[in-house]
Amino acid sequence: MYVAVKGGERAIDNAHAWLAEERRGDTSVPELSVAQIRTQMTLAVNRVMAEGSLYDPDLAALAIKQARGDLIEAIFLIRAYRTTLPRFGGSNPIDTEDMACDRRVSATFKDAPGGQVLGPTFDYTHRLLDFKLAADGEVGDAPVVAHNQTATPHIMSFLDRENLIQSEPTGADIPDDLTRTPLELPASRALRLQSLTRGDEGFILGMAYSTQRGYARNHAFVAELRIGAVAVEMDIPELGFAIEIGEITVTECETVNQFQGSKTQPPQFTRGYGLVFGMTERKAISMALVDRALRWKELGEDNLGAPAQDEEFVLYHSDNIQATGFLEHIKLPHYVDFQSELELIRKLRREAQDNISREAAQ
Amino acid sequence: MNMMSDPYASRKSWLGLMAKAASADVARYWATMDMAPEYTVLRSPEIGGVMVRGRAGAIGAAFNLGEMSVTRASVKLPDGTVGHGYVQGRSKDHALKAALVDALMQTDAADTVEAGLLTPLRDAVTAHKSERAAKAAATKVEFFTIVRGED
Repeated sequence: MYVAVKGGERAIDNAHAWLAEERRGDTSVPELSVAQIRTQMTLAVNRVMAEGSLYDPDLAALAIKQARGDLIEAIFLIRAYRTTLPRFGGSNPIDTEDMACDRRVSATFKDAPGGQVLGPTFDYTHRLLDFKLAADGEVGDAPVVAHNQTATPHIMSFLDRENLIQSEPTGADIPDDLTRTPLELPASRALRLQSLTRGDEGFILGMAYSTQRGYARNHAFVAELRIGAVAVEMDIPELGFAIEIGEITVTECETVNQFQGSKTQPPQFTRGYGLVFGMTERKAISMALVDRALRWKELGEDNLGAPAQDEEFVLYHSDNIQATGFLEHIKLPHYVDFQSELELIRKLRREAQDNISREAAQ
Repeated sequence: MNMMSDPYASRKSWLGLMAKAASADVARYWATMDMAPEYTVLRSPEIGGVMVRGRAGAIGAAFNLGEMSVTRASVKLPDGTVGHGYVQGRSKDHALKAALVDALMQTDAADTVEAGLLTPLRDAVTAHKSERAAKAAATKVEFFTIVRGED
């Protein structure tokens, strides 16, 4: 039973005023601008866009500022804003083959056409704190070399040509959308992928790591990891044709995993897939591993009882906004609920005490 | 796709360019053209979301990746020419300019708009892409093999 409790308005107003002051912090230090967050905290902005499920770097940066750097709170703000937007429609599926790659690496083929392009990566850094950044250091320009805009074909397409890898089944043009209808199980792969790409990075990472440690058997190779800009195209009814409506940066990870085969079909490698807004490579690799683990049924594998194979467990617990909402509500007033618990325990104790007294008297 | 065979190729090209251009660039180049065309607004600038889709395994069934913010508007010139604008982000002014450019590009003003606005925008996009590609190319790994031992 919920009973409305009045009061506390002044306390709440004052708490929010203090929150605003604490957010601003020491006024002798210059205030952060949204543009500074957008351009210098880009990986935080990317995470908020991916898990907030809305590609808008300005809004993500604003949310980070408002949330005092609490990324889950920022994601919450973006999710709430997202629901206010009228939906103009759905895009055509983005073509990651046409990506302008900032980064593109393969762990499976050294000499892949298009080459191994490291991009602006933390890999091979020594993870030592750089005290130069604490001072006002000017950064030199990154080196450039002449480039020829050749295509960068997906590495999987080479395995595909030899039939060494399972093909991907086609599906509905308009996929199920968990923002429109509640997630029901068993979930289609489209719903699983949508759920994973907006899921909490820490949770998806933990699930993926569990598969590597042996909970679900799917040793994965990263066939390809690519990060870069792709155009987004949508059919415009009033025009009668599709136009590009924008360009987004995404991270794509394709894994190649062990075999599937049968009496009638020779063994083939299987795939896991990760695609995430922004430069979000840890998340994209994690997503590919969890996607692969969740595919056990359609690939005819055994259920090993591993958490990462349990779609109910994974999909119902990966959303950090749902989780936060339910978790944090328990700190809000539950005075009446607790009152009834108190009355119950007093009654039980009274009865127990009476029994002890009665037995002692006998 | 063969661009030559697409009757809408040039219109798609300017609409796509206006959609992807930075709002600040659009405002700046528009101002330098010193144009004040008459028009009526058919659809006031409206901010909304578009669900961006991907494909499982890059080639398989479509799935919903997440939304992006988009602003759209439509205008009509006194001669009846209608223009539509869809732009990334939440700038209403940008969307209105995109619709106006779409309309003007279907009229005699096309050359002026092309030279004053679209060409510099296209150059800016090309320069940006080229710069990133050059930086990426500089991080391309050149493997060499170390021979160990003697034959």
